[in-house]
Amino acid sequence: MRDFSYLRASSAGEARQAALQAGSTLLAGGTTLLDLAKCGVMEPETVIDITHLSGLGGITLDAGGATIGALAKMGAVADHAGIRAAFPAVSESLSLAASAQLRNMATIGGNLLQRTRCSYFREPDVFPACHKRNPGSGCSALGGVTRNHAVLGTSDACIATYPGDLAVALAAFDAVVDLGGRTVSVDDFFLTPGNTPERETALQRGEMITAITIPASAAAKNSTYLKVRDRQSYEFAAASAAVGLEFEADGKTVRDIRVVLGGVATKPWRARNVEQALVGKVLSAETVEAASRLAMEGAVSHGANHYKIELAPRVVARAILKVGGLV
Amino acid sequence: MTIMEPRKHGDASDGTVGGRQTRFEGNLKVTGGATYALEYPLEDLAYAILVQSTIPAGRVISVDAEKALAAPGVLMVLTPDDDMGLLVASDWGGNRPDNQPYYPLPRQVQYNGQSIAAVVAESREQAVEAARLICITYEKAPHVASFNDTAAGEGKVMDNLTAGWGDAEAALAAAPVQIEGEYSTPREYHVAMEPHGLTVKWDGDQITVWEPSQWSHGMARSYSEWFGIPYENVRLISPFIGGGFGSKGAALAHGAVAAFASRKLGRPVKLALTRPQNFTNYGGRAATRQRIKIGATEDGILQAIVHRGASETSTYADWPEQTGAATPILYRIENFSSQHRVVPVNAVTPGALRGPGKNPSAFGIESAMEELAYKLGMDPLELRLKNYADHDYQSGKPWSTRRLREALTEGAEAFGWSRRSHEPRSMRDGKTLIGWGIGCGTFPVLQAPSEAMIRILRNGRVEVVSGAIDMGQGTYTILAQTVAEVFGIPADQVEVHLGDSRLPGSAIAGGSMLAGSILGAVHKAATAARDELIGLALNDEKSPLRDTGANTLTFSGGRVAAPRDQGPSLTLSELMAALGRDEIEILRNTLPEGATAQEQHQAWTSMVKVQGPTMGEYSMHSWCAHFAEVRVDEDFGTVRVSRIVSAFDCGRLYNPRLVESQWRGGIIMGIGQALLEEGLVDQRNGRTVNSNMGDYLVPTNADVPHIEVISVGIPDYGASALGGKGVGEVGIVGVAPAIANAVFHATGKRVRDLPITLEKLI
Ligand SMILES: Cc1cc2nc3c(=O)[nH]c(=O)nc-3n(C[C@H](O)[C@H](O)[C@H](O)COP(=O)(O)OP(=O)(O)OC[C@H]3O[C@@H](n4cnc5c(N)ncnc54)[C@H](O)[C@@H]3O)c2cc1C
Ligand code: SF4
Repeated sequence: MRDFSYLRASSAGEARQAALQAGSTLLAGGTTLLDLAKCGVMEPETVIDITHLSGLGGITLDAGGATIGALAKMGAVADHAGIRAAFPAVSESLSLAASAQLRNMATIGGNLLQRTRCSYFREPDVFPACHKRNPGSGCSALGGVTRNHAVLGTSDACIATYPGDLAVALAAFDAVVDLGGRTVSVDDFFLTPGNTPERETALQRGEMITAITIPASAAAKNSTYLKVRDRQSYEFAAASAAVGLEFEADGKTVRDIRVVLGGVATKPWRARNVEQALVGKVLSAETVEAASRLAMEGAVSHGANHYKIELAPRVVARAILKVGGLV
Repeated sequence: MTIMEPRKHGDASDGTVGGRQTRFEGNLKVTGGATYALEYPLEDLAYAILVQSTIPAGRVISVDAEKALAAPGVLMVLTPDDDMGLLVASDWGGNRPDNQPYYPLPRQVQYNGQSIAAVVAESREQAVEAARLICITYEKAPHVASFNDTAAGEGKVMDNLTAGWGDAEAALAAAPVQIEGEYSTPREYHVAMEPHGLTVKWDGDQITVWEPSQWSHGMARSYSEWFGIPYENVRLISPFIGGGFGSKGAALAHGAVAAFASRKLGRPVKLALTRPQNFTNYGGRAATRQRIKIGATEDGILQAIVHRGASETSTYADWPEQTGAATPILYRIENFSSQHRVVPVNAVTPGALRGPGKNPSAFGIESAMEELAYKLGMDPLELRLKNYADHDYQSGKPWSTRRLREALTEGAEAFGWSRRSHEPRSMRDGKTLIGWGIGCGTFPVLQAPSEAMIRILRNGRVEVVSGAIDMGQGTYTILAQTVAEVFGIPADQVEVHLGDSRLPGSAIAGGSMLAGSILGAVHKAATAARDELIGLALNDEKSPLRDTGANTLTFSGGRVAAPRDQGPSLTLSELMAALGRDEIEILRNTLPEGATAQEQHQAWTSMVKVQGPTMGEYSMHSWCAHFAEVRVDEDFGTVRVSRIVSAFDCGRLYNPRLVESQWRGGIIMGIGQALLEEGLVDQRNGRTVNSNMGDYLVPTNADVPHIEVISVGIPDYGASALGGKGVGEVGIVGVAPAIANAVFHATGKRVRDLPITLEKLI
């Protein structure tokens, strides 16, 4: 690991100021940063420790929704009774993520900004070609081992999956990332790779996430996060779905539905076409299955990840049927 | 070195062989008091890190180390240009070429991830950073990434593994029912929690190596031969090992590099492999494939088995992962033919991983047997019992003991096998398909000579001293139990010293042979020490027991007395005090009487004296039958093992609690093998891309169901002095086919290539 200087920020302003400097990086729980520093992927010259900043760790709820401070721990948010009641999918996405030890260290802000698990991204010495790490250098994953790579939102430059779980649930309920000076919806916060895979989010140099707000909704209250993977725990999703559903008064016609896919796309993948296909419809196994298949519109496989195209709609369907009370 | 603190036990069975004593060193481990090889605090320590090849084949043209040498804290860079003056050491058979130079950092690149340089610095971080500044120029050569590569070819037949009797091809052709399948297993890795590495220090031409080791004497020999120093000058210390599974039985290139650096710098050096380096610095289980054809009568009597297998090896050594190891001995079979090939690829030479050979072999034959059962429409349990082998058809010898029938029937009973419905996809719970499957396993009994020392101390404590090791199997505990039984004292009155090549010689902790081998020596030495004490107590004029008129003494309840309460009874310390003795020390080994010093050395540092399972009158093996229940999500293809019952014949169990723990560990590893583990190789450059524990998946607690283990064994005194057979490896053998068979029963899909990941089922 390269030597770096360490700055313990005493205020959010100081942290932002310091983060303006090229080569500086914020440090929260460190579970992504240290990991990638050891791999030689992130090589900060200055690490700005924000973990001591006060006022950024809170979780508050009211009728309008929830505000979660950027420094709140994954574990604390997952276990928060109010979050569990108003946003079950959010709570579940966190308790199904990583391990208990990591959830106790890692923060919500850091969680959004975790990096892809593309093996080629993480081994620079052996695979120098990676547009995300080193723009213009190529993409080692194309033609390589692609079992975990994305099928949606990919480009010729990069096919890396966005691996996180929480952001998938947040995107379903129109959550907003508070950057102090401005706010950006979670959906807009994450970028598809296009020709600039090195740009993953809307975060600008010198900006810091201070909080995430999630507006309350009936769909959020009746929601679930379904994560499918080979190992029962401590693994990223092969495919996942965050789904929220609100029925009309008749209890069977869809008034509002939110569908976001994880583990299969280069960013949390809001499947608005699935949502539109179901709004106003009476839920049944058949309508759900047909609509879920729309989620794969535009999907492209790269060999070993082909199964995701088959798997993901089934995950979406099961999640919808679950919140619809049909399984 | 004393590492055991006296401790209290509450178990009534303490102090006897066969008691369920808890792990002797457990407290030390869970409280962090156990010191592992990379934790020895030495002064003036320097840190070494390896630099590995990033191409699969070719030559190192040059290594530009200028920037690295200029980096902060860097003390030394070693490259293929450095002639370390080392000589090749003996192989496991004790064979050694004369004066052949050894290059632990070779110029020739044979696989991606081969060590070709090393950096030594004042801190590990500095070494790591400097290592990244090293610039290597290669001349690339064509490579073969795996045995599925078309350039790999068919490989070469291992003649010593070709087996056959009867006329298998003819009997197969004539058989009314036939099945055929090709079964494959991927590269699998040890992924022990403790990475490989060492701390090493020279004093003149004496070297001390702290390194996790399954075989302190064998590895010490390698260091002495590499460096051309007397064996006695090497001390290899390994009291605790954080998992080996076969990977820590031999000294490896990184050990030579660290030791050379330490000598050259005149400072102690620590070298720890990174986790990815643990995937390429030594070999895991080779990828295998095998084609099995079985012919049977309509009522399920086996007529012929034809087996053709292959495994990957490296381009520079032949290591067969013998796919035909279990095939010939599980069933009664009159016509048999088996052949195994090795296919060289650009990968590190594979190695032994829990149940080598037997494990992939069982995946083949036990999957094939269930395929046959379904072809016949017969209960797979019935098919197995129907073809029960009354003797070893390969060697023609009788079994020493074989309670596989009991394992099958008692396992089936405990599992509730009779409630199974035969048809695939016939058991379900909503969207979850449920399936049951059987897999049998076997592992040969290997025997090796060992040596042990017993010291009766004046304070009444008894020491047992051996260079054997404990990597969690329970050596400390069972040695204490054995000695405690001989002296009739509580186990906590025994001190156990292990894991040091300066201590008496021992079999390797591998091939499931350590317990049986070392206990023979310990029992012999302890009995001899007791006899010596009896002799003194009956004859020494200072002894209060002299006048009892007895001709022997009893040892029980912590006291020594004449039989039938004639005269006084004394504790060991009282007796030693009365005799005026400070200690009684006895060394015994289990080599034939009169073995020379040379033969003894050879016995402890090579495998030449190891006895195979059929070298005597009998054919000797451990056996097991696993019954697995899986739950498969029919939409997602995810498989979860929900229940396992396994019945074992491992002869007498020296400590059932620890044995059960080993069996369960093997079964859990088998779950990983069945469902998760696979080295993913990038065909373009031969790199294993999931070489870390985030991507190479092993089971978590959530993946491990309730596991019920049952012992059906009886003491087998042909297999070992105290009646036990090996327990360490047999547990994993047969688990993967039991799960694959259960998956078939659940889904109707036969997966013949491990692991059974979800995409194979959707
Ligand atoms: C073995 C392993 C398994 C995992 N499994 C999962 C999983 O199954 N699902 C899942 O979702 N995640 C998983 N993770 C990822 C884990 O959730 C993230 O590492 C963690 O959430 C990151 O949070 P942190 O506070 O530790 O971030 P850090 O490592 O401190 O920071 C990560 C990045 O975010 C930046 N940053 C942090 N806070 C802020 C802020 N407030 N404003 C602006 N920038 C900021 C940092 O500069 C850095 O670039 C896993 C991680 C590991 C190591
Ligand atoms: S997929 Fe993206 S992250 Fe992975 S190697 Fe290609 S460019 Fe890099």
